[in-house]
Amino acid sequence: MPNVISTDICIVGAGPVGLFAVFEAGLLKLRCHVVDALAQPGGQLTEIYPKKPIYDIPGFPEVLAGDLVDNLMKQIEPFHPTFTMGERVERFAKLDDGTFQLYTTDGTEIQCKAVAIAGGLGSFEPRKPAVENLERFEGGKGVHYMVRDPERFRGKKIVIAGGGDSALDWTNFLANVASEVTLVHRGTTFRGAADSAEKVQKLHEAGKIKLVLSSNVTHLHGNGHLQEVTITGNDGVAETVPLDAFVPLFGLTPKLGPIGEWGLGLENDAVKVNTLDYSTSTPGVFAIGDINTYPGKLKLILCGFHEAALMCQGAFKYIYPDKKYTLKYTTVNGVPTL
Amino acid sequence: MENDIRIYVEEAPGQRRELEAPTDMGLSLMELLKANDYPIQAACGGMALCATCHVEVLAGPALPEPQDAELDMLETLPHVYEGSRLSCQIRLHPHTDGLVVRIAG
Ligand SMILES: Cc1cc2nc3c(=O)[nH]c(=O)nc-3n(C[C@H](O)[C@H](O)[C@H](O)COP(=O)(O)OP(=O)(O)OC[C@H]3O[C@@H](n4cnc5c(N)ncnc54)[C@H](O)[C@@H]3O)c2cc1C
Ligand code: FES
Repeated sequence: MPNVISTDICIVGAGPVGLFAVFEAGLLKLRCHVVDALAQPGGQLTEIYPKKPIYDIPGFPEVLAGDLVDNLMKQIEPFHPTFTMGERVERFAKLDDGTFQLYTTDGTEIQCKAVAIAGGLGSFEPRKPAVENLERFEGGKGVHYMVRDPERFRGKKIVIAGGGDSALDWTNFLANVASEVTLVHRGTTFRGAADSAEKVQKLHEAGKIKLVLSSNVTHLHGNGHLQEVTITGNDGVAETVPLDAFVPLFGLTPKLGPIGEWGLGLENDAVKVNTLDYSTSTPGVFAIGDINTYPGKLKLILCGFHEAALMCQGAFKYIYPDKKYTLKYTTVNGVPTL
Repeated sequence: MENDIRIYVEEAPGQRRELEAPTDMGLSLMELLKANDYPIQAACGGMALCATCHVEVLAGPALPEPQDAELDMLETLPHVYEGSRLSCQIRLHPHTDGLVVRIAG
């Protein structure tokens, strides 16, 4: 049975703009469900620059990108939005009654009255190493590009590949969960956070993990499910290791992805919108933040926030064509909850 | 132009396109490649944070050594080459005249 969710607005993208749209929708008493391909909210702020200070958010002379996301999450709490994280929205269909049905990569279905695309630069997709047969073992057959649920690896033999922070962090974490962890890195040093690299080294010295440097995972083998990997050293010497899961962690890179195929007017990989309410060429579908384009567009968080406020007015009118909404300031109402 | 240098982009093995580049505008190689419509996303705008501007330097003059931020980012990529660099970290300068690169993706 697919997981079916029903809501007023489905927001595609949990970047800063998608998150703030939840707040603006909440003020209009519209319920939101948010979907993001990443396991955690924040979009570019979390994925590319969590520790960078931002200086152009009104009222915050300086705020770290990661803290801004935490604050946005706190700000929308009263509206109880629901989330589907780690799944990409693949398809959407407009039904005869003007509502929408969205489908994710993992089979979740979202029924909603309006769609707000806040997809930024596109969904963040894993960088894939050049390993023979990689795709054959995707989709639950042994290759995992993200650790969404560490419990899945309890008691399992896993091989992690990569040399960045996430490879180090997950090696350290899963050392206590999996029955065997091997970290394969093509270099000889780790340039990630010094303390995580040190921890990996200590676990290796204590015999709790295996560390294979100057090497790459080059082949995957298995019958239906992944069973073995070949690890080849830079010197050409190869070794085959049995395992249950291969976790290549080489960072993520944004790709426009399916949004480009939804029949919305596009220009240079961005969705064209009407600046009256940030509606797209499909009535009931709106696009806000970095994903949209119009004359004078600036790709800034501040501008996305403004677009979110106007978009919600447009979505309200689409959902309730006969209801009149009289704008009240939040200071008059307080922050209402749903 | 007097300040212009030449950069070569290897589009296929043995097939090089010549780009003329000004050196008096403080441009990076990433900006030059983007301006010439190469498929470089440069999501972070040149801050050595996204690695979407990865190139392989094939030949040409010696470049300044990469700094820590660039090395950190290159470390996270699944494949790198001997001449791997982030093009946003390479300034166009009279000393970079004749550089040959390939978009590494
Ligand atoms: C290094 C750097 C520094 C910056 N500094 C500033 C600054 O100081 N001030 C400023 O205002 N702006 C800054 N920006 C720009 C700012 O980050 C963007 O304007 C902002 O992130 C846009 O927010 P967004 O919510 O539209 O998109 P994003 O942050 O890109 O989030 C979009 C989300 O949508 C998801 N998504 C996309 N497609 C799908 C799909 N089909 N299914 C599921 N999920 C999907 C993605 O996974 C992503 O999480 C900076 C950007 C960078 C890279
Ligand atoms: S543009 Fe992001 S690393 Fe070069």
